[in-house]
Amino acid sequence: MASVAHEGHGHDHHDDHHHHEENFISKYIFSQDHKMIGKQFLMTAVFMGLVAMILSILFRIQLAWPGESSDFLSFFLGEKWAPNGVLKEDMYLGLVTIHGTIMVFFLLTGGLSGTFSNLLIPLQLGARDMASGFLNMLSYWFFFLSSLLMLVSLFVESGPAMAGWTIYPPLSALPQAVSGSGLGMTLWLFSMTIFIASSLIGSLNYIVTVINLRTQGMSMTRMPLTIWAFFVTAILGVLSFPVLLSAALLLVMDRLAGTSFYLSDIIVGGEMLANHGGSPLLYQHLFWFLGHPEVYIVLLPALGLSSEIIATNARKPIFGYKAMIGSILAIGFLSFIVWGHHMFVTGMNPFLGSVFVFTTLLIAIPSAVKVFNYLTTLWKGSLVLTPAMLFAIGLVSTFITGGVTGIILADSALDIALHDTYFVVAHFHIVMGMSAVFGMFGGVYHWFPKMFGKMMNMRLGYAHFWITLIGAYGVFFPMHFVGLAGAPRRYYDYSVYAETDSPTADMMMDLNVIITIFAIVAALGQLIFLFNFFYSIFRGPKAPQNPWNANSLEWTTPVEHVHGNWPGALPVVHRWPYDYSKPGADTDFIPQDVPLAEGEEEH
Amino acid sequence: MENKLIILIVIILGAIAIAQLVRVYEISAKLRKNGEHEVSNRDNRLNARLMLGFMIALFIGFIYLMTTYGWTGRGVAASVEGEETDWLLNLNFVIVIMIFFFTNFLLFFFTFKYVRKPGVKAFYYPHNNKLEMIWTVVPAIVLAVIIILGLQTWNDLVAPTGKEAIRVELFSKQFDWTARYAGQDNTLGKYDYKLTTDNNELALLTSNTIDSALNNMLNGSNGISRIQKLLNNRDTIFNDSTSNALRADLSRKERLYRLLAQMKANHNKKLDASAWDDIIQKDTLVLCKGQQYEISLRAKDVIHSAFFMHMRAQMNAVPGMPTRLKFTPSMTTEEMRKSKNNPAFNYTLMCNKICGGAHYKMKMIVVVKDKAAYNAWMASKKKETFKDKYFPAPAAPVAAAAMDTTMTN
Repeated sequence: MASVAHEGHGHDHHDDHHHHEENFISKYIFSQDHKMIGKQFLMTAVFMGLVAMILSILFRIQLAWPGESSDFLSFFLGEKWAPNGVLKEDMYLGLVTIHGTIMVFFLLTGGLSGTFSNLLIPLQLGARDMASGFLNMLSYWFFFLSSLLMLVSLFVESGPAMAGWTIYPPLSALPQAVSGSGLGMTLWLFSMTIFIASSLIGSLNYIVTVINLRTQGMSMTRMPLTIWAFFVTAILGVLSFPVLLSAALLLVMDRLAGTSFYLSDIIVGGEMLANHGGSPLLYQHLFWFLGHPEVYIVLLPALGLSSEIIATNARKPIFGYKAMIGSILAIGFLSFIVWGHHMFVTGMNPFLGSVFVFTTLLIAIPSAVKVFNYLTTLWKGSLVLTPAMLFAIGLVSTFITGGVTGIILADSALDIALHDTYFVVAHFHIVMGMSAVFGMFGGVYHWFPKMFGKMMNMRLGYAHFWITLIGAYGVFFPMHFVGLAGAPRRYYDYSVYAETDSPTADMMMDLNVIITIFAIVAALGQLIFLFNFFYSIFRGPKAPQNPWNANSLEWTTPVEHVHGNWPGALPVVHRWPYDYSKPGADTDFIPQDVPLAEGEEEH
Repeated sequence: MENKLIILIVIILGAIAIAQLVRVYEISAKLRKNGEHEVSNRDNRLNARLMLGFMIALFIGFIYLMTTYGWTGRGVAASVEGEETDWLLNLNFVIVIMIFFFTNFLLFFFTFKYVRKPGVKAFYYPHNNKLEMIWTVVPAIVLAVIIILGLQTWNDLVAPTGKEAIRVELFSKQFDWTARYAGQDNTLGKYDYKLTTDNNELALLTSNTIDSALNNMLNGSNGISRIQKLLNNRDTIFNDSTSNALRADLSRKERLYRLLAQMKANHNKKLDASAWDDIIQKDTLVLCKGQQYEISLRAKDVIHSAFFMHMRAQMNAVPGMPTRLKFTPSMTTEEMRKSKNNPAFNYTLMCNKICGGAHYKMKMIVVVKDKAAYNAWMASKKKETFKDKYFPAPAAPVAAAAMDTTMTN
């Protein structure tokens, strides 16, 4: 069927082809084409990720060399926030907060799910576009607006939000408690409100598209695992993001309307507040009801992308396709009943704590299934180590390494001693941050030809991968040991330990220097990626139609984008997407639109 | 400014340099007819070897970090409960480190071993129910063990304490801790945040403190009388925002005043005694080895977290909601100093929940003494009860500097 893609330029095969003569604005700005929207998400997210990365380098410099003057800090922060090149305490918290917010929501949610759901759902399902192109466009522009607001909040006079990315009230509700809880927090809340709207519109669109717009023959059990992952991710988003909105809304009311949802019996800045009866724990429950599914909103798309990349480049079917779907569903379901493991030491009822221990540790089972299925997919494969494949393998490694420490943190009795220490920071950066980033990079390298019709430079891709992998482990591996030594997170300066325990302080400072150096190296490594990315868009060699010899439908579309994806009729699907190296076949891949041969059995 | 310029120039030159390198590479690639989508066997093998090399480096790095830093940072657990959790932590660590080595080894080794070789086709192996069952059931069994052991320990840790546990309250605010010992009767006096005044920072509830708070609310330097006087003064005209702020402040204070008046009307004087003998301790928290403590936590402004890392104990202090933790110190400060071979060592109580700019400085030294030394210390504090030290205090003019500034702002 691949030949269909080359035939003619079909003008009349479907209805929504009326804007063939697209002008610059409708093609590049207010585009309703899912491919363009996917690219818009990617560009915006990459920019936001870059900002968040620079923020992290800024505070890493402070952590490694506290109190030392740094030109880099004064360059970015100026005299106001880094007088004489020394970071201010408040701004340290601001940097940490915005770094976390941007990374979790704008890079890993918007960038990963936004980019690849948009790009791949219609292409891999054999649909002309999303169910609603207009809503899809709206979803991007809400995302853009919320990104803008978040960036603006970095520049307000009283500083950006400073209560940590989880913005626990009362700290986030009281401008008297920290300066960032003034206008900065207001902007944060508005930005996130718009972000949630964007995410909701997007997710509903993805769900409807997956359910309704599959091409002929594309049954649910013939969908690539990427689509399963995006589908479940979208469901998680629809069910959990509104809860964050209510959490944020109640916080807005506490801040602006004098209500007492989260505030009770507070004296701050010498002022006795009359608020009584609110509960800070209520906020935490609402926040983590989103917050934990959010981890999987970030992680599942990365796992989906890597499933596809690993199968394609191992030239083998993904092992245990049905088990992979089952584990995605199980993870999705369980992710809703584990939020309390963030709250073991918050004063939540201990019995409730034990329930959450149980449910949380259950998640390890589908996760283990996924890992072993990946390993078996690699076993006896014929691996082609493209940069995408390397990133996907890196993802499996970080998923394991970060996942096993989760078993310790999920155990409430052990969490007591490790809660909110650097051990936790190391854990979630590896399992959620690195895995998702690796998945995203893998996705970009793998689908770049589909996005831009060009190939990325492979050598630069290798350099980028190795620097990123080594940098990531170099940053987050030692962090476990900083945490085991008892270092709380969000501390401006760990030399405070020197007063009571100088050997431990020395150890933390030593490791912090190592971590910062790795972080700087890893950050510089990303410049290679940025360069490769933009350079290849304009000057990369032209991509062949199916550069990786992959099976899924997106590779049957022409290299030059057309609105509606397939110039002729939609492809018809006859098989699952993982017929790689099938015995009896001529080639080591059989695209999904190739009918079963005489006497051939479906997998 | 010059520095900024230099940095910018370096960045620009760097980008140009990379661009030139890439162009050279691309021209040579064109000569080799490499379309950027075919990985040469050489590149494949190189990356496969690098993967194996990376795994070895990762494992060596891990073992190095374990042996160099391991648990040395915190030292051995300094509480009975901590010894129990450390045992469990070690057990869990053994399990997860084994998984870490095993699965990472398989991952990188397979990548190395099964990299594409000319003429070797991949093995078509879509599924195997038996295998999948094995790696569902085995993790489930391991997890069952982890869950059961974990919950047993957790139940011990959160079980209520008996009468023999000494009651201590930790009061947290930006950015320090104050301890309050329950005194002779081992009962902490009750409190209400509205009773906070200069000589009653912990807002303890007694007949006298209610009066004092009422008086402060009415006649204090920013009290109701003063605000009313300001607003009723015909000689001054405030702009809208100042006058609105004053009115809001007034109505809030009137409301608080009414609540205090109700409190006074309903107050049971028998409660006073439990507060009068409490001992307030600001600089250090002194504990007794082998004695169980029931610690209540309070926060004045935002959430704080009491983190006794050496005792492996932690609990948040939440405004408006009492929380608790318990532990039994098992090593005196002296013993720990010997164990860590550091004569300057001290236990600390750290704040472990982000609470504002100086969060990282919010700590309190903890001293664990043996029974005799502890009793001697306690005896020295006998004369420093809440009653003796704070009430009846000379009726100092209630001048809260902090309040003044908020008003003028």
